Amino acid sequence: MADFDQELDASGLNCPLPILRAKKTLNAMASGQVLHIIATDPGSVKDFDAFAKQTGNELTESREEGGKFHFLIKKS
Amino acid sequence: MEPKKLAIIATKGSLDWAYPPFILASTASALGYETQIFFTFYGLQLLKKNLALEVTPLGNPGMPMPMGMDKWFPVLGMTLPGMQGMMTAMMKKKMKDKGVASIEELRDLCQEAEVKLIACQMTVDLFDMEKTDFIDGVEYAGAAAFFEFAGESDICLYI
Repeated sequence: MADFDQELDASGLNCPLPILRAKKTLNAMASGQVLHIIATDPGSVKDFDAFAKQTGNELTESREEGGKFHFLIKKS
Repeated sequence: MEPKKLAIIATKGSLDWAYPPFILASTASALGYETQIFFTFYGLQLLKKNLALEVTPLGNPGMPMPMGMDKWFPVLGMTLPGMQGMMTAMMKKKMKDKGVASIEELRDLCQEAEVKLIACQMTVDLFDMEKTDFIDGVEYAGAAAFFEFAGESDICLYI
């Protein structure tokens, strides 16, 4: 796992909460900082990809480990 | 770059149909959309301070029922007093168990994200609704005001 500046555990939350929480957390972060998000919602895989594409933040990692989904998003 | 715009008309006042407008509006805001929801007719129930939204399987053969009730329980049985309240309680519990946000939470998130909530003045008058029953921050307007925003929108949904 690469380095990150902040972590958001969205385990157990369903659409659209992981995205909304991530957006809120990113708002309080500085440009270039990396947010690590942990989620259990299988829909979040496509959603975080779409979120990154539409907001200009970079999704640098997306993987599944031990039944959880991990995302790294670098704030633009 | 000019932000994209989403215009939604919310016309339904049941617990299940309360979700699409608030889910889409809050998500769109997170994606950078400027968003407005115009609440008209039964959709006005979604703006009440004290939400009393319920769900009913009546007239809705597509609604999954607990214990496969849709297969053996007579439809008329759903008209019995208390059934709607029971179905609503079961639906709310299921949503909570599955990590689905409550309508109150989604609505708060919409307001935090500056989604503009507009109540249809005509329907407010029609149903003799009190503005004091609605949450703060609601604006009151008519069809022409809706078109002012919707005409410029990239996505326009009628729910």
